[in-house]
Amino acid sequence: MADTLGTDWAIDWLRRSAATVADHRVELGELDRAIGDGDHGENLDRGFRALMAKLDAEAPPTPGSAFKMAAMTLMSTVGGAAGPLCGTAYLRAASAVGEVDILDAGALVAALTSARDGVVARGKAAPGDKTMIDAWTPAVDAAAAAQGQGVLAVLEAAATAAEAGAVDTDPLIAHKGRASYLGERAVGHRDPGAASSALILRAAADAAARNAT
Amino acid sequence: MKKLINDPQAVVEESMDGFGLAHADLVSIHRDPLFVTRRTGREGKVGLLSGGGSGHDPLHAGYVGHGMLDAAVPGPVFTSPTPDAIIPATQAADSGAGVVHIVKNYTGDVLNFETAAEMCQAEGIEVRTVLVNDDVAVEDSLYTAGRRGVGGTVLVEKIAGAAAERGDGLDDVAAIGNRVNDNVRSMGVALGACTVPHAGVPSFELADDEIEIGIGIHGEPGRHRIPLEPADGITDRLLEPILADLQPVAGEEVLLFVNGMGGTPSSELYIVFRRAVQVLQDAGLVVSRSLVGNYITALDMQGCSISVLRLDGELTELWDAPVVTPALRWGK
Repeated sequence: MADTLGTDWAIDWLRRSAATVADHRVELGELDRAIGDGDHGENLDRGFRALMAKLDAEAPPTPGSAFKMAAMTLMSTVGGAAGPLCGTAYLRAASAVGEVDILDAGALVAALTSARDGVVARGKAAPGDKTMIDAWTPAVDAAAAAQGQGVLAVLEAAATAAEAGAVDTDPLIAHKGRASYLGERAVGHRDPGAASSALILRAAADAAARNAT
Repeated sequence: MKKLINDPQAVVEESMDGFGLAHADLVSIHRDPLFVTRRTGREGKVGLLSGGGSGHDPLHAGYVGHGMLDAAVPGPVFTSPTPDAIIPATQAADSGAGVVHIVKNYTGDVLNFETAAEMCQAEGIEVRTVLVNDDVAVEDSLYTAGRRGVGGTVLVEKIAGAAAERGDGLDDVAAIGNRVNDNVRSMGVALGACTVPHAGVPSFELADDEIEIGIGIHGEPGRHRIPLEPADGITDRLLEPILADLQPVAGEEVLLFVNGMGGTPSSELYIVFRRAVQVLQDAGLVVSRSLVGNYITALDMQGCSISVLRLDGELTELWDAPVVTPALRWGK
């Protein structure tokens, strides 16, 4: 069995992301209402629904083109801070994988690393600032460590580390975004961007379990 | 909460439709994506564009016209517009000399405008960004997303707009905008919360006898809540951190801007203005220019903000220059 993932996986990842965001729309909104402005679940759901409509109309030919479609759609429909951040993540992932049809473990790690680097460059957040980065950075580190064990292990490790990273934002004081104005009052609340990032990375692992070739 | 609306989801679009009809001599409304452009521009003039979440009327669309903005991009209520609207609006504002984006310092606005600016640059339009962050209510700006853009935004748009109209180049217009931002400080107070139309309930709770000092223009928390007191005392509380931060020198000329948040009558704004003039005069300052009214609001919030801008000869001249927009017009 060749240890790679293809376009079917990429599209399934996006569809599963849309489904999990829709399932957790209210929960993400409640996390955001506690320390932000309460629209994170609504905004992400709107963006992923728009992406589903585009995927239904036109099937992208490569993983890179699927990521690029996600980037442009999310950037223009999500709004707030999450739109440009998620859009940049997919755009950098698209650049990292290029035009190839199949991705091996090394390509996946490169794509996840580029996505994380893009979010850092755009949002200028550091680990510990109580943002998406606190899910993405442990995910990238775990993915890199699992690279020798194949594509499923890479994505499983990334998803598990992202989930733990999101939980670890609970005790933090926020240094970026609207939550940063709350100071100590943000302590005890999970960062909604870290929570949604963990959901999306879990969707990548679930899609891989179904689509590995 | 009672609102004079049809569909809560269509508030921005229906309002902009009416705005376009009322001011058809000055502006054009573009739909899908939504943005507003100036009807009569001039080839070779630096373009000026601003935008942000809606709900701050007349900011920004009300300032499209001669001597101020060439384009405005209204987002959903209190939510930044996205690059798919900012990019075509920037293209429309460009007549070959580049475009200055005036952006209030909120994470969503900054990220969306930054992304749009990169994409415009990639298509060959020179873009400069003036970031407005005049709200002294944010004390710990090093460890937060920084000071928010509030009342000073109106002054940046007017003065940078006059510089562009005068024929200044792209970098010069941006430099004037930054100079205004560097020399203006603001602070607000809320007597009551605002209600976002699609939310339908007030964004925060204030007791009948309670006010929030340092409120943001979306109802973000301020420095502290205190019992309601007379207008003079509240005015002093707003001016104290402004003057401590701005540190104007006795004898300097300043522009004093008392802004309504949308739900406070102008008679009350003038009571605040009256006291503010006394305080500034006592500090040895000369209030040589003034602006009083609802210019950057927070929907129906009760309250006001005070902004103080240190003037110099050039900034005064640009402030006095003719402006013809739906919300601000004089001298022509």
